[in-house]
Amino acid sequence: MKKLLTATAACALMAGAAAAEEIKIGVILGFTGPIESTVAHMGPAADLAIQEVSDSGMLLGGATVTSVHGDTGCIDSAGAVAATERLVTADGVKGIVGGDCSGVTGAMLQNVARPNGIVMISPSATSPGLSTAEDDGLFFRTAPSDARQGQIMAEIMMEQGITSAAVTYTNNDYGKGLADAFAASYEAAGGTITLSAPHEDGKADYSAEIGALASAGGDRLVVAGYVDQGGSGMVRAALDSGAFDTFQFVDGMISAQLIKNFGAEIDGSAGQHPSPSPELAARFAEIAGGNGFEPSTPFAPESYDAAALILLAMQSAGSSDPAVYKEHVMKVANAPGEPIQSGELAKGLEILAAGGDIDYVGGTGVELVGPGEAAGNYREMKVEGGEDVTVRFR
Amino acid sequence: MEIINALVVFANFVGIPAIAYGSQLALGALGVTLVYGVLRFSNFAHGDTMAFGTMIAVLCTWWMQSVGISFGPLPTALLSLPIAIFATALLLVAIDRMVYRFYRKQKSAPVIYLIVSLGVMFIMNGLVRFIIGPGDQRFFDGQRFIISVREFKALTGLKEGLAIKTTQGLTVVTAVIVVVILFWFLNKTRTGKSMRAFSDNEDLALLSGINPERVVLVTWLIVAALATIAGVLYGLDKSFKPFVYFQLLLPLFASAIVGGLGNPVGAIAGGFVIAFSEVTVTYAWKKVLVYALPDNLEPSSLVQLLTTDYKFAVSFVILVIVLLFRPTGLFRGKAL
Repeated sequence: MKKLLTATAACALMAGAAAAEEIKIGVILGFTGPIESTVAHMGPAADLAIQEVSDSGMLLGGATVTSVHGDTGCIDSAGAVAATERLVTADGVKGIVGGDCSGVTGAMLQNVARPNGIVMISPSATSPGLSTAEDDGLFFRTAPSDARQGQIMAEIMMEQGITSAAVTYTNNDYGKGLADAFAASYEAAGGTITLSAPHEDGKADYSAEIGALASAGGDRLVVAGYVDQGGSGMVRAALDSGAFDTFQFVDGMISAQLIKNFGAEIDGSAGQHPSPSPELAARFAEIAGGNGFEPSTPFAPESYDAAALILLAMQSAGSSDPAVYKEHVMKVANAPGEPIQSGELAKGLEILAAGGDIDYVGGTGVELVGPGEAAGNYREMKVEGGEDVTVRFR
Repeated sequence: MEIINALVVFANFVGIPAIAYGSQLALGALGVTLVYGVLRFSNFAHGDTMAFGTMIAVLCTWWMQSVGISFGPLPTALLSLPIAIFATALLLVAIDRMVYRFYRKQKSAPVIYLIVSLGVMFIMNGLVRFIIGPGDQRFFDGQRFIISVREFKALTGLKEGLAIKTTQGLTVVTAVIVVVILFWFLNKTRTGKSMRAFSDNEDLALLSGINPERVVLVTWLIVAALATIAGVLYGLDKSFKPFVYFQLLLPLFASAIVGGLGNPVGAIAGGFVIAFSEVTVTYAWKKVLVYALPDNLEPSSLVQLLTTDYKFAVSFVILVIVLLFRPTGLFRGKAL
């Protein structure tokens, strides 16, 4: 009996080795919760890259790839950890596209990915805190850290000759992180911050907050908030009391609603937000169209890129073992090598199989810097004649 | 010149906003104090009564805007006031018939009334959110400013500007008119006098043939009008959001208690005391002082006593101080 069992096991092993490998990739995002409407387009984008690689039949000598979905709820750390645990231990996923919101992503990384040694690439976690988190080289992100936006904002303002500014930020991790990152870069570049004060969202009246900022003075008011929340309230109060005429906006503020709210009243203001260049966006829209999701949704191309990076790194390493291929993620993402656009994953796999080098560009112009996070492409905008005008991409 | 600039800055950031806010609080606190004086309980549902009235006004305004009715330079919402007051009055009288009358017949203790009003508050809370949603609604239209910063600077040639919003002017004017009418009603008319008598001594009032149900009815009608007007003015000046109105409860009660619960003059004084304290304590005085003081005394810090996050704490502290040292309020309360 014992012999029979051993023989069966041996046969099974050999059969497994002979046939092509079947690789599972976990797509763990907030399919329910506060950003469910966005995730509805992020999940299919990640699946698209997985499908593309699987169909090419070129990964690790013809391995098939399937995706397994898990739900983070965006803000439900316990639920996200449980879902990740299940995908890693029960389904045996070899890599994770996720999580989506910064808080759950940190929890998933520390509680599941690190103990089990699984690579995680988040398409949308932007908190600067994740840059310094302990990750054993397992965590990457295709979305830029908010800290990066702070640097870009400081650069833009110094270029425009604005050397003193007041800052108001929405009182949460996002606003505070952005304001701190901006302050560090701006002061290093020689700018002066007269006052950096938080504002609470959801108040009816912001004239008191503006009063303090007006007393402190400054050439421009940096508004690091949300356009549907206190950010617009602060701008309205500043305009009404004549405290500031021009503003610098962050990604949470720049939308059609901002122009609708203020129009020509904020002429001369400027801003920046992460956005792929129009060529990349057009290309991604072309290959992703007709797959049941909207390619222009924020973080959809990032999701595609996250999945693609995991699979390309596997090919480069010649192994689906996370401990091995984690060293190859930065290598396939950055120069030198042949640029690989979105929709060209098969070409990338082929070059890597032949021992060549690639520089993955994908849907967002991926360039991983520092501890493995996207440098990000930013659109610099200004308000002119009541219109949102693109200055340039940087 | 320096002194004039200091005054302009002061008026722009402290004086005018505080007067407008004080008027809104005063109107709200009058409603609280009337309920306390005549019906003898603290009506915790008052903030949400304001929200309900404002909601009706917002809906009417949207309807009027859609069919093209406007009020020239003034906000259309003023035209919808009568309808909103009527709807609010209907709601309040219905609630009184269904809820409060039962406890009145039982001659319940004030603390039971208070808890009952808390329940009513939650119902209204839900009702408003159910109809219009929890989000921010803007319904202001018409001309934004009586005088804007740019116009003021061009007019006076001063370095500092002063803005007076239409809604701020409107708030003060409306508040004055409403208060004058209310006092005339309470002091000169037969119904007003019977309300005061009822408030002063219920048994004596009943003996002299005053119909208690009629007094209660009239009180609710006045409260509905006051709450709706206060709510609409606040919403026009700032913005309408149900949760914000719920939060207004604290400054409203602080105003009514500081002035002396049950005393209308006190409610008005209390409203302004609370408004000015909130604004002056959380204002950064640097700019004013830079203009007002000689150069060598100029402050380098912001001179801000508390950050604006502590706005509500200011009402609390004043409330505690008044209750400790003068429990009946600045004006002796508990009588109309």
